[in-house]
Amino acid sequence: MSTISVFDVLGPNMIGPSSSHTAGACAIALLARKMINGTLTEAEFTLYGSFAKTYRGHGTDRALVGGILGFQTDDPRIRDAFSIAEQQGVAIRFRVNTEETEIYPNTVDIRLKTAEGKRLCVRGESIGGGKMRIVRINGVPVDFSGEYSTMIVRQQDKPGVIAHITGCLGENDINIAFLKLYREEKGLTAYSIVESDETLTPDIADRILQNRFVDDVMLIQV
Amino acid sequence: MNFRNAQELLLLCREEKCLISEIMIRRECTLQEKTREEVLGQMGKAWEIMQHSAHDPIQNPTRSMGGLIGGEAALLTASRLKGKTFCGETVTRAITYAMAVLEGNATMGLVVASPTAGSSGVVPGVLLALKDTMGLEDEEVIRALFHASAVGYLAMRNATVAGAVGGCQAEVGTASAMAASAVTELLGGTPEQSLNAASIVLMNMLGLVCDPIGGLVECPCQMRNAAGAANALIAAEISLSGVKQPIPFDEMLEAMYAVGKRLPQELRETAMGGCAATPTACALCGKKHERSQAS
Repeated sequence: MSTISVFDVLGPNMIGPSSSHTAGACAIALLARKMINGTLTEAEFTLYGSFAKTYRGHGTDRALVGGILGFQTDDPRIRDAFSIAEQQGVAIRFRVNTEETEIYPNTVDIRLKTAEGKRLCVRGESIGGGKMRIVRINGVPVDFSGEYSTMIVRQQDKPGVIAHITGCLGENDINIAFLKLYREEKGLTAYSIVESDETLTPDIADRILQNRFVDDVMLIQV
Repeated sequence: MNFRNAQELLLLCREEKCLISEIMIRRECTLQEKTREEVLGQMGKAWEIMQHSAHDPIQNPTRSMGGLIGGEAALLTASRLKGKTFCGETVTRAITYAMAVLEGNATMGLVVASPTAGSSGVVPGVLLALKDTMGLEDEEVIRALFHASAVGYLAMRNATVAGAVGGCQAEVGTASAMAASAVTELLGGTPEQSLNAASIVLMNMLGLVCDPIGGLVECPCQMRNAAGAANALIAAEISLSGVKQPIPFDEMLEAMYAVGKRLPQELRETAMGGCAATPTACALCGKKHERSQAS
């Protein structure tokens, strides 16, 4: 458990009404947006559990749209997120899933598409007090929260890839706080998630991309 | 400069010969690797947001998104200005501000979760009322906010502040304990008297369930923030007079957590019991009245 700051107690500064249903939802969508580059054209949200039941009264929908537009949890523009999305040409769609019950109560799937043709699907859980975590990327179970400078490497499940990643980080004097590896199936797509106390920079990402088994590198700054 | 419970916090205060607020300021500087000015500035920003969130709904009453609340703080203010208050200026202002913050919160206004959004009215309500009636400087209030966060930190670390886990006693109860402890120091109390006040609050709010109508952060949340604000002032006044109750804060917190975990699921933010399950609440939300299974 990370140490609790006074600003975890008196905070976050947030647009109401609910730290879990509004601020946490915004934080998930903001993190999802940081994981895909380019001009956003479509965003589809599927809500589960309590999100699905009470999203309108909690402004969960506006908070999610605000998040994918890059708004922080304390940004008053969240209230007008739908009209701002329309102005920016982002098509928004909401679905509710009340059949799925074996799922954390405040869960959302976010599907994003860019003008450049990139696609990303992220599942996030809002775990209370504005805190959240990402639990799936493109169907692969993961677990991270963007509290640290984070690098997500999409790679093929082949020997030597992790050695390459950690080598690049070592050369650049980056200390790894957490390194987690996830894969969908043996030999197929895998994800390495590196969280660091230092700032992970684009040149390190480029260096990691040079390995032939590395397909993509996403950088998320705090 | 860290502590795991109230006992260790009191020991630190004695060793360092300083107040709880000072311990929290120093702890935060170390934790964030920032200067004193930086962390005080960051809290100053939170205090600005808090004050705005308490004042704005009085000037601009707005119906909430869920439609259950709106305009309460303006009514209370109008009544106070006509001289109709009989709780006394400080209590009336505290409950007005606390309810104002919750109104703003329910209209997607900007608030500081203290410690949660659903309990965000208590700490600003109490401190802003005292600023008004006792002429406090903002610097003093900012120190009090650091103090308040010590109590919130202990609740987050050793119990819970989530209504879904521990009921309203964990949310508004913690917020009220934070405010009581901070006010006690602000008005000249010792660290022991501060935590004594926090214990009194937890005692008085023990068992309070989380039963929001329609699952929305509106009613009874707004009323409970007023109750939490008044409770904080009562506890601080009791403690500052020299009255001691026997149970240390750490034990009271443990008791609160134990009670919270034993609350049935219907009474922990699911909107299936308590106020939320009354026929009138169900009619308001357009759902069939379900007899509370928790009774």
